[in-house]
Amino acid sequence: MPDTQALVNDFLNKLKKRKIEGSQATAKQTAELLRSVISQTRMPYTNQASALIHSVKAVGERLIAANPVELAVGNVVRRVLHIIREEDLSLTTAAMAGLNLSAESDDEDDTDRDNHPALSAAAIAAASRSTLRPPSLQTLLEDVPDSAAVPHTSSSGGDSEGKSKSADKSSRSRKLKHDVIEAVNELIQDISTCRELIAEQAVEHIHQNEVILTLGSSRTVLEFLCAAKEKKRSFRVFVAEGAPRYQGHLLAKELVTRGLQTTLITDSAVFAMISRVNMVIVGAHAVMANGGVIAPVGLNMVALAAQKHAVPFVVLAGSHKLCPLYPHHPEVLLNELRSPSELLDFGEFSDCLDFGSGIGAPLLHVVNPTFDYVPPKLRRA
Amino acid sequence: MGAQKKGATARVSEDPEELARHPLQAILLADSFTTKFRPITLERPKVLLPLVNIPMINYTLAWLESAGVEEVFVFCCAHSKQVIDYLESSEWSSQPNFSVTTIESHNSISAGDALRLIYERNVIHGDFVLISGDTVSNMSLTQALQEHKDRRKKDANAIMTMVVKQSKPSPITQQSRLGTDELFMAINPVTKQLLYYEDKAEYSKGFISLDKTLIADNPSVILHNDKQDCYIDICSQEVLSLFTDNFDYQHLRRHFVKGLLVDDIMGYKIFTHEIHSSYAARIDNFRSYDTISKDIIQRWTYPFVPDVLCGSSAIKVERQGTYRASDVTLSRSAQLGSFIFIGQGTKIGNDTKISHSVIGERCTIGSNVTIEGSYIWNNVTIEDGCQLRNAIVCDGVILKSGAVLQPGVILSFKVVVGQQFVVPAYSKVSLLQQPTQQDSDEELEYADSTSGTGELRSDKLNGDIAPDLSEIASELGTGGVGYIWKVFEGAYDEEWRHSVAPIPTDKLVKLMLDRDEDEELLTQDGNIISASGELKTDSDGNGSEDDDNEDSRDDYVSFEKEVEATFLRAVHENVKVDLAVLEVNALRLSYNMASVDCGGAIFYSMMKLAVESPHNSASELHRNAADIVTTWQKLLKSFLHDIDEEIEVILKFEEMCLESAKEFAALFPQILHLLYDKEILQEDAILRWADEKEGADESDKVFLKRSEKFIQWLREAEEEEEEEDE
Repeated sequence: MPDTQALVNDFLNKLKKRKIEGSQATAKQTAELLRSVISQTRMPYTNQASALIHSVKAVGERLIAANPVELAVGNVVRRVLHIIREEDLSLTTAAMAGLNLSAESDDEDDTDRDNHPALSAAAIAAASRSTLRPPSLQTLLEDVPDSAAVPHTSSSGGDSEGKSKSADKSSRSRKLKHDVIEAVNELIQDISTCRELIAEQAVEHIHQNEVILTLGSSRTVLEFLCAAKEKKRSFRVFVAEGAPRYQGHLLAKELVTRGLQTTLITDSAVFAMISRVNMVIVGAHAVMANGGVIAPVGLNMVALAAQKHAVPFVVLAGSHKLCPLYPHHPEVLLNELRSPSELLDFGEFSDCLDFGSGIGAPLLHVVNPTFDYVPPKLRRA
Repeated sequence: MGAQKKGATARVSEDPEELARHPLQAILLADSFTTKFRPITLERPKVLLPLVNIPMINYTLAWLESAGVEEVFVFCCAHSKQVIDYLESSEWSSQPNFSVTTIESHNSISAGDALRLIYERNVIHGDFVLISGDTVSNMSLTQALQEHKDRRKKDANAIMTMVVKQSKPSPITQQSRLGTDELFMAINPVTKQLLYYEDKAEYSKGFISLDKTLIADNPSVILHNDKQDCYIDICSQEVLSLFTDNFDYQHLRRHFVKGLLVDDIMGYKIFTHEIHSSYAARIDNFRSYDTISKDIIQRWTYPFVPDVLCGSSAIKVERQGTYRASDVTLSRSAQLGSFIFIGQGTKIGNDTKISHSVIGERCTIGSNVTIEGSYIWNNVTIEDGCQLRNAIVCDGVILKSGAVLQPGVILSFKVVVGQQFVVPAYSKVSLLQQPTQQDSDEELEYADSTSGTGELRSDKLNGDIAPDLSEIASELGTGGVGYIWKVFEGAYDEEWRHSVAPIPTDKLVKLMLDRDEDEELLTQDGNIISASGELKTDSDGNGSEDDDNEDSRDDYVSFEKEVEATFLRAVHENVKVDLAVLEVNALRLSYNMASVDCGGAIFYSMMKLAVESPHNSASELHRNAADIVTTWQKLLKSFLHDIDEEIEVILKFEEMCLESAKEFAALFPQILHLLYDKEILQEDAILRWADEKEGADESDKVFLKRSEKFIQWLREAEEEEEEEDE
């Protein structure tokens, strides 16, 4: 499959060069890439699921290594693996149901048995629904035990698969692939519509005449606010500009064109303004397993200010941002240090950076981290 | 890239020029055609030298790739085999949408030859990026390319766009932070056309000369000395044919750019594109190697930083700018300072201190080693107790225990330094013997880098080393292997300019003193007021280290200098006293000074002139001073309206005798007398000065004591007068 190989390399390159911005775009592209990997994988007769898992894992590991800071890649890879296992399980149970059905003709008195497959099918349906449900933090929490349970049943499914040497294997193998691709399609759909899904809940959170504060720019936040606006809620928004990239300026512009009453403030004014704010709504880069949030730099300060004034602090994140990892030393290890040129003009400071004189070592250090880690205790939902 | 593809698909509607659109091409010169990196470049081409542990050419290629270049022609000359082998084995040979083609040559001795050869190959079909393989950048080409194309449409003679970046040169050493000489460029601020380019200004002369027509033809010209040439050029095809037509063009800047600027027959124009937030710089010498390494570690070149370039799993950035590979063996007691890089498989022993350094892969570093500001490449062994400061240590070097590298040392491949041996500062050590000195002829400087290296390499490696080993062992201590290269005459005092080590303080102090003198010369020349004027204020503004930090003081110093320049001009050109008075007055107004300051400043310049004019003895000096004072007394007088101003002059003189012109110290009373005789100073002023000084510290009274006799005489004369009156 030279075609997918090229695609993978291309994507790897983009990830490495930091050419894809935003976790949604990354997540979507990852899912699309994995879909093509799956469709190109040659299916063996036995153990198709493990073959798929193997190829997805191989690609996934490389993708994750290309930019370990972009957690969305890893999340999507894990989701796809989950989908494969799940589909495999549902197929084997269906096959088992077929077997049961044939057995049923022999033993007619067995009503319990008849119940059993139906029940397991229902459980599978529930499990699959839970992954496809509109993502929110609550579903994540429900999700965790689910996804833990599924691999367990899938292994037992594998056992039963070994026992049942059914004849319709070729059709099943095609079916597995087909189903997986279908499910991945749904995942892609999910990722691309997550904003709308989140925005749907806007009215429940934003009340009449409230003051909302946000920092930097997040498309999710923008859609969320606009959705509330469309529902005829009238409220005001404070936008902290989000130094050093000042994406807050763009957000403010965007909000104004949509007819929202907007106030732009500097990041350092957040603490002064927070007492007038009813709710802080921000986007995130990733949500960790402990509930901590990796978010654009400056958010930890906003969260602290919100806590001090007992203002609800709400983080909006699509399901692809929910990461099952526990953060260890996130300020450094899950951070990306960008170029100092975003902070200051090289030309103006070039004489401070002359290593030819003085001690020969830079006296001026410029640190430009991209992310902040907001510990879970500062978050409201 | 996207724009290019669109151009290819949506051809129909576009004009014929768009039809001829080609994928963006680049020519990468993998040979610098200089000898600055010797002795290292005798064994390995410069582009493959590791820069923060990644070969330089990788930075260039990665940038070209990300900037949307689709086809790169790598021109290799010296060590072409190594470059080609490297590129073939690297990831670059298998990139989609990015092809790397090598062009090999064995007889090119300059960039000009290289471009002529590429022209013959006929591979370039449109605009191309010309870059050398030692350039690090993260700029986006889109805008520069667009500007270039737009200009081309309007004016077919706009054949080249040079990328420049602001970077202030050091006012003291007159070199940029990259160790290159201060660069002067005259640019039309509206059209961005480059009008003048001079990278080898004569500081001894202290001025640069611009063509008259240049100023006549352009409504406004800005002369920059704070721009850095990034050596990234966007060129049209004509550039190649121009090189072919002018077979004497060798150097890209010295010949080609200057040639085009001077030549007004063809009317070709060069434009500039200034980048602000992005980074671009070329490694031209050891100093820039050091500077750019530090810039990379400080992430100015993001996303072309080690942790991103080599796949982040291998190298992690930690706090304080520490880059560490995953499998470094580090002793618990080792102290790692800020801004360091440690490559894979390196072992570091107990109590070793490392700061501001790059350490390559698989190095073994013993205990109690101190490494500061050094660049250590791969597979280096450093035994216990060594000390390294601002050195470059190439692959496979062994430092036996207790060896010391003083600042600026370069150890080439596989050198062994003996126990306890101290390698003196700025020495270059190699296993290869130094090639015999070439003529200092400009042309040959390029010639020997290629023709010389090839032969030398084969000769030396084929067996010359073995018999020599015993003989040279002594040169690097017991057990040491390698030759210490001699520094050629004349080159020695330039060594520190381009070294990895920071400039020693004593050099800076010396330069600072020199500069003061230079500046006098600079202002003395009245013909290029605009240029020198700007330069002067520029350097004054920057040179706050040596001047007092206070603004007023700064102002006064520059005012004093202006006055001095005016005065000198008046002397040399026999300007009438009235005119000189007028000029000084104008200066006084423009600097917002009191006439007190004028008197002081004029007197200062007069005395300085006296000191500087030739004299053998004190009496001759006295005569000099007397002459000058006699000639110019009217000038001085016109600024001394009252006693306070006269006292100021005396104080100034005292100050001079203490500081700048100590020769006068002995002559103090005589000069005072002279001034009195010439009626420049009234006796009241002198007496009041004496009274004021009575109460001062002992140390302040030196001159008072010296002139005691004179003052005594004055007092007596006064009394006599009074008596007579009665």
